[in-house]
Amino acid sequence: MSLIQINKVTKIYDGTAVPVKALNNVDLKIEAGEFTAIVGPSGSGKTTLLNIVGGLDIPTSGNVIIDNVDISTYKPDELVNFRLHHIGFVFQAYNLIPVFTAKENVEFIMLLQGLVKAEREKRATELLNAVGLGDRVNNKPSELSGGQQQRIAVARALASKPSFVLADEPTANLDSATADSLLDLMENLNKEFNMTFVFSTHDQRVISRAHRIITLHDGAVERDELIKQNQ
Amino acid sequence: MLTYVTLAWRNLWRNKRRTLIASASVFFAVILALLMRSMQTGYYDYMIDSSVRMYTGHIQIQGKDYWEKRSLEESMILEEEKIKLVEQIEGVELTVKRLETFSLISYGLVTRVVQIVGIDPNEENQLTSLKDKIIKGVYLKNDSRGIILAEGLAELLKVGIGDSILIYGQGLYGVTAAELIPVQGIARFTLPSQNKSFAYVSIPYAQWIYSAPERLTSLSIMIDNPKQLDRIHQKIKSLFDLSDGKENDTYDIMSWRELSPELVQSIQIDNAQGIIMLGILYIVIAFGIFGTIMMMTAERVKEFGILISVGMKKWKLYLVTTLETMFISFIGVLTGALVSLPLLIYFVNNPIPLTGEMADAILAWGFEPILPFAIYPGMFIAQVWTVLAIALVSGLYPINFIRKIKPVEAMRG
Ligand SMILES: Nc1ncnc2c1ncn2[C@@H]1O[C@H](COP(=O)(O)OP(=O)(O)OP(=O)(O)O)[C@@H](O)[C@H]1O
Ligand SMILES: [Mg+2]
Repeated sequence: MSLIQINKVTKIYDGTAVPVKALNNVDLKIEAGEFTAIVGPSGSGKTTLLNIVGGLDIPTSGNVIIDNVDISTYKPDELVNFRLHHIGFVFQAYNLIPVFTAKENVEFIMLLQGLVKAEREKRATELLNAVGLGDRVNNKPSELSGGQQQRIAVARALASKPSFVLADEPTANLDSATADSLLDLMENLNKEFNMTFVFSTHDQRVISRAHRIITLHDGAVERDELIKQNQ
Repeated sequence: MLTYVTLAWRNLWRNKRRTLIASASVFFAVILALLMRSMQTGYYDYMIDSSVRMYTGHIQIQGKDYWEKRSLEESMILEEEKIKLVEQIEGVELTVKRLETFSLISYGLVTRVVQIVGIDPNEENQLTSLKDKIIKGVYLKNDSRGIILAEGLAELLKVGIGDSILIYGQGLYGVTAAELIPVQGIARFTLPSQNKSFAYVSIPYAQWIYSAPERLTSLSIMIDNPKQLDRIHQKIKSLFDLSDGKENDTYDIMSWRELSPELVQSIQIDNAQGIIMLGILYIVIAFGIFGTIMMMTAERVKEFGILISVGMKKWKLYLVTTLETMFISFIGVLTGALVSLPLLIYFVNNPIPLTGEMADAILAWGFEPILPFAIYPGMFIAQVWTVLAIALVSGLYPINFIRKIKPVEAMRG
């Protein structure tokens, strides 16, 4: 079985005057260990797709099966728990709690999971070392650069030991050099821990780093290219 | 839990100035409210104490129906052992016997209606400091056969010490009471009505004049602590109730509230005004807190969206925002109460002296012209409860807001 199975997912927003078909009959399978980019022009449905896979939004028709469970069967509260334990999220911005330090931000997700203090601290320190911010553990987000903040967001996403990480335009606010080094980090984590990453982007340089590129157009899968086989 | 407390606490200081302004508004309101309450309750306590000391005592035992009929027929016989029992009740400071009635007093061609008060000179002095009010002549003893006249009355009658006046009235069961009595003292009262119409003799002499041996019209009781009034009142009632628990048909036992209904009413009116003022003050405060909470909520929509997305349950966010509201409010209440405490203690010990017209008006009532303060734990507790209630109600706003958040929409902003 695939890690993520997207079956004939259609999403129609009908709150507006003219209903918008944001996703149109999307069928995809994503395997454990992938390093996959969702690309496409603005409005093509990338965010909508990631939100539906992440259990943040509900498809109009079709379903998403993760770890063999149809996530549409979860009640709202169970869905929150599912996200907490199975998915790591990295967003474009505002990822971090501004009044918490880097370490506290990473620890917080484990606190929500109910881990004890000692375990949280140990893992937070390890992860911050892994993302190259071992010396900035006690800094608040406002004292860190945009790239450093996104690294902490990645560390936070991994802290919950998720099945995969969803990242919606994680590099959109970064310059290209910083974006490159964030991609290096993600690729390393993918290699080292076999962590699955699914990220969306417009950026050609970021796209070129993906092992698989899924191109959306008007809510439908236009192209699906495997660039590099998983080890 | 500690993490949520930390989170809430730090969130407060994201906008230091705003939080400080909100807390400061609570702080000043609490100080103002406490000063107001302290002054009001202090004033009431003072009025009650003065009025009780001026005449009535805290509690009175009277013959049944004497209060309405005011006649010697409703006077009572109160055995000495019974009085001893009353005095033994914890908190009873003093009992004061009286035998009172109205009579005519004549001197030369002038005749006045006078309230003749038969007193135990020692007890009466302890309650009303009558001895200190003597400006001419000498105070009564138990076996005195003279009379003390109020100063105004003496002037109206144009009598001086050593002159004899004629008392003419009705004794018990309609017996005529007439007696020629020498004036042995003149007393000055601050209350004008009292100064024009009161005269004092010793109880044994009054009982003799009015052919009412062993009779009293009232036993006034002073207590140490006015807060114990209801308890002691009940105790005394049970002491006098018939053993099978029926209504007592020999005695009435009344507290100062029944004895001075005008005082009770004027306190109630004043108190109601005070509470309305407090209400307005707290509405202003509530808006301050509420406005701050609203801003703190509105500016964090994206953050809430992200926290919910990554797996924070909404009730945990409710907890954090509620803690924030509590902190803002309680910084204000606690510091306000803390600053008020020494301020109030100072004013309790150093009442503000009044001058001018206000002082004259109060003097005319027979009270010393001061603005007294009082301090009760209840005043502080009331502030804490009020602010807590405001905080809890304001805290519903972010809860309701977060309840409706859909993370996808919140993050899109
Ligand atoms: N809540 C909504 N209500 C109505 N229409 C929506 C809503 N969310 C998204 N859409 C529409 O759905 C379509 C897909 O939007 P989506 O945000 O998924 O695109 P995207 O590929 O992420 O674009 P971008 O690159 O600009 O982020 C767009 O036409 C968008 O306007
Ligand atoms: Mg998008």
